[in-house]
Amino acid sequence: MILIGFIVILLLTGILAWVVSLWNIGYAKWISLAGMIINLVLAVSLWVEVQEMGGADSWIIKFSYPWIPAFGIGFSLALDGLSLLMLLLTFFLGILAVLTSWEEIQYRVGFYYFNLLWVTAGITGVFLTTDLFLFYFFWEVMLIPMYFLIGIWGHENKRYAAYKFFLFTQASGLLMLLAIAGLYFVHGDQTGTYTFDYFQLLETNLSASMEWWLMMGFLAAFIVKLPVVPFHTWLPDAHSQAPTAGSLILAGLLLKTGAYGLIRFVLPLFPTASHEFAPWGMLLGVIGIIYGAILAFSQTDLKRLVAYTSVSHMGFIMLGVFAFNELAMQGVVMQMITHGISTGALFILAGFIYERIHTRDISKMGGFWTQAPFMGTITLLFVLASLGLPGLGNFVAEFLTLLGAWQSDRMLTVVATLGLVAATAYSLRIMQKVFLGQSVNSPFPDLSIREKLMTVPLALLIIVLGLYPRPVFDAAKNAISNLYSIVGQKDLMEQIEPLKTGGTHE
Amino acid sequence: MGLLWLIPTLPFAGACLLVLFGTRLPKRLVPVIGAGSVGLSALITFFVGFDFISSGLPSFQIKAWQWIEVAGLSTGFTFYLDALSLVFIFVITFVGFLIHVYSSEFMVDDEGYARFFAYLNLFVASMLILVLANSLALMYLGWEGVGLCSYLLIGFWYTEEKNGYAARKAFIITRVGDTALAVGLFWLFQEFNTLDIQEISLQAAATWTIGSETAVIIAFLLLGGAVGKSAQLPLQTWLPDAMAGPSPVSALIHAATMVTAGVYLITRMHVVFELAPLAQTAVGIVGALTLLLAGFSALTQWDLKRVLAYSTISQIGYMFLALGVGAWSASIFHFMIHAFFKALLFLAAGAVIMSLHHEHDMFKMGGLKNKLPVIYWTFLIGAASLAALPLITAGFYSKDQILWLAWAGVNGNIWFFLCALLGALITSVYTGRMVFITFFGEEKTHVSHHPGKAITIPLIILAFLSLFGGFIELPHTFGHVTVFSDLLSPVIPATVLREGVQSSEWIVQLIAAMVALAGVYVAYVFYLKKPVLADQAKAAAPGTHQFWLEGWGFDKLYNLLFVKPFVYLSSINKQDFIDSFYDGLVSVAGVFHTILAATQNGRLRWYVLGIVIGAMLILSLALLD
Repeated sequence: MILIGFIVILLLTGILAWVVSLWNIGYAKWISLAGMIINLVLAVSLWVEVQEMGGADSWIIKFSYPWIPAFGIGFSLALDGLSLLMLLLTFFLGILAVLTSWEEIQYRVGFYYFNLLWVTAGITGVFLTTDLFLFYFFWEVMLIPMYFLIGIWGHENKRYAAYKFFLFTQASGLLMLLAIAGLYFVHGDQTGTYTFDYFQLLETNLSASMEWWLMMGFLAAFIVKLPVVPFHTWLPDAHSQAPTAGSLILAGLLLKTGAYGLIRFVLPLFPTASHEFAPWGMLLGVIGIIYGAILAFSQTDLKRLVAYTSVSHMGFIMLGVFAFNELAMQGVVMQMITHGISTGALFILAGFIYERIHTRDISKMGGFWTQAPFMGTITLLFVLASLGLPGLGNFVAEFLTLLGAWQSDRMLTVVATLGLVAATAYSLRIMQKVFLGQSVNSPFPDLSIREKLMTVPLALLIIVLGLYPRPVFDAAKNAISNLYSIVGQKDLMEQIEPLKTGGTHE
Repeated sequence: MGLLWLIPTLPFAGACLLVLFGTRLPKRLVPVIGAGSVGLSALITFFVGFDFISSGLPSFQIKAWQWIEVAGLSTGFTFYLDALSLVFIFVITFVGFLIHVYSSEFMVDDEGYARFFAYLNLFVASMLILVLANSLALMYLGWEGVGLCSYLLIGFWYTEEKNGYAARKAFIITRVGDTALAVGLFWLFQEFNTLDIQEISLQAAATWTIGSETAVIIAFLLLGGAVGKSAQLPLQTWLPDAMAGPSPVSALIHAATMVTAGVYLITRMHVVFELAPLAQTAVGIVGALTLLLAGFSALTQWDLKRVLAYSTISQIGYMFLALGVGAWSASIFHFMIHAFFKALLFLAAGAVIMSLHHEHDMFKMGGLKNKLPVIYWTFLIGAASLAALPLITAGFYSKDQILWLAWAGVNGNIWFFLCALLGALITSVYTGRMVFITFFGEEKTHVSHHPGKAITIPLIILAFLSLFGGFIELPHTFGHVTVFSDLLSPVIPATVLREGVQSSEWIVQLIAAMVALAGVYVAYVFYLKKPVLADQAKAAAPGTHQFWLEGWGFDKLYNLLFVKPFVYLSSINKQDFIDSFYDGLVSVAGVFHTILAATQNGRLRWYVLGIVIGAMLILSLALLD
């Protein structure tokens, strides 16, 4: 029940906030905040419970209710360590998204919070559902409110960005819908039960070419969302045009749904095909790392710059997912979380800067450290996280990913490691252009209490994850070994090179 | 010994305190926290070291907590103490402490007083973690931390654009080396399924044969990391620019921390290098070339601190040379002595520069001998040690060992020896030049400021060590004291001599001593007695002078090869050419839209015409069948 609760709470508070805003805008904000906080508290308590259980099964909770039984569609939700981690991240960033909108959003406030909560609900659904039809449904629920968030409350070029975002996601989503339908019919023909249920579909036997094409459909949706070069061009526009909370949710959560989809659906549903695709996947990842880094270096729009760093960092996810071993996969899960935190923080900080000087152009910034040392220190921390400094969470993620990827492909790993040098170049450039150098003449107050309240927890989290990442590993461990047991089982027939280091069973 | 974990923790805690509350603390308290934390660490180091040596254990390990434990990779915040790390933590905390004390006066008028001490503390903490790490993963954390702190401190005066540039340059170039190191770690992990250094050493010795390909490549990758941090060829270019930071920072980077990290890494991984003779020889060659190149560059600099910077590169070159010939203990000995005299020289130079309104140009100094006597005498002692003046200075004993082993060591040869010897000559020439120009001759800039006790006392202590620190290790021919190498003997192998060379040791020493004295004499003639000669020499080969002044054109080369292409590539593609493909799709759709929209114009005859044409087409197709 708690799983439905997560989604329903968000949907309801969204509607409530909209309705209440007709009378009082202030209440709408508080209601939205309350909705997010309740969910976070629930998720944390669930996490504590799970740790006490120390469960052996990778699925912690399963819930299923026949929705449209005639077509084999169920309202099925299930939670494992991976989805739990993603939920924690979602609600945590959700709270920050509400807080960062507090002053920034000045018109149609009620509708804004409605969209914000609904997009979060969609994301929550995506992370929980185990029915492919429902999955597609939530995939769309994420899309439309986000389209509004960008299109209504965005910056100067918001309509272009919103359309672009919508078209890219929608087009690739339709390919996934086709693939889902294809899988549905293949499975139905084979077994006689037509169902969208994930666990049953896992048992489907696919011919090699069918598996390949169906995988491509899923892959399309996920690699556009992730995004992988060359399907990334919606992202810089969407990020730079969205309001702060929009960028935060895009970078912190929406991109992660792509990664999540790869792990949850592509690998286990199509193990053989994804093995075949793996070298290409890793190559695409490395291209993304380098290409994103090079583009980030020349951007002058602060949010666009951070957007390209995301492209670069998401390359590590591609690299790690298709490296096919546990080390790399743990790195990927870690990367999903730490990138959400560090890039989310950078977008929040970009929002703060925009509120102060009303520009995102870094050539009009400089020397803010003198006036705002606290903000400078916090920014420095996240810049360092982004360049992969050991001791901060992102390092753990990237180090494990590379360590694992090395065992699959040495050449690509070397190139990806060189990406860290490029990351140093673009990251330090942010620091130099914004906080260091000659100071530009404009009043630039340091962080307010509300702003500290938002950035300090992020900062603490990224440090804790860097020094004590164990809770994340432990939470993800069962889910990952379960994944490899599925992939491994299906693979036995194929005798493709076995996973080298302890990738399979513990 | 249980207090070992406090040694890196205290400076780290100091840094945290200063970052969090630095601006709100009373100014008096800032150096108390900053220098005090490092001072306490130094004190604990003494106790721990005493304990350790008297216990007679080969090593001692203490675990703070588990860091990463996943899929076969297990690494913790575990500190490992043996004689090698003991020497390093002693130098880091002790010299570091003196530098902190010095800074408490040197930086007192700076706005960022607390920030400065925070960074210094973090620097010391990172370096301590680096040398105490039991696993390569934890060492990498310290390794990168050191890189970060160099960035923060070189760019400490952040309003100047060029300081920021120097800071980024240092971080990025050392990160190039770090990439090699990281790849080395990936490889080692794949080979041995662990990153624990002792574990790796054991397994490597057991499984690899001498000269095996894997060993050689891995050793080269580690060397790549070492040359980055230690500013050796070909990644030496960041160090001269690192002068942008305040003088105590230079002292810290050059003496106690950072640049010696590479020396530490290679010594720590000596098993791997011994299994890869090719890579070990490469270490020696890198050292030999670097010490010469940097020495020549030092001859031409006019900025006092840049002379010292190049001399550091050159001296680290000696350490690499020693590592290359397998003179492990000699290298570490030179590291320690170098830390004393180089810290001394930088701190004294900083005091000179401060006394002269931030004047860096030696040729605008002069005659300071009588104006700043304490600084003069201490600087002179440091310089004598750097020039390795025979018998009285510590630098003589440490460098003499390297010279001797470069020839007599089993991996040594005449070429290494000649390079080292030529380097020694150059060293004493540029050292003499620096001293004569700065302190002798006529006074050119008025002394505006006299340093106080917090500055002079560290100088005096370091001067004492630069003279007498060498007596803990004396050659066979002269006293034969082996306290230092005995201490290190459980950790690193003793240097093996070639057969039949023992008897010639005193000849080598004599040559070395003569060369050092000759160099000083040359400097005396050129820069004090007949300065015209120096100008003539400079005028005779202006091109060479300029070339050496600019550090052999490496900056230009790298700009051309790497920086410019990267920036160019990045700037031409700012708009992301991939996006134009999607824009193209949009235009194509737009064109079709215009064409098709034109047909829907509301005119009846167009529609009729369309219907007729369509009907005719269908009919004719049907008929043709």
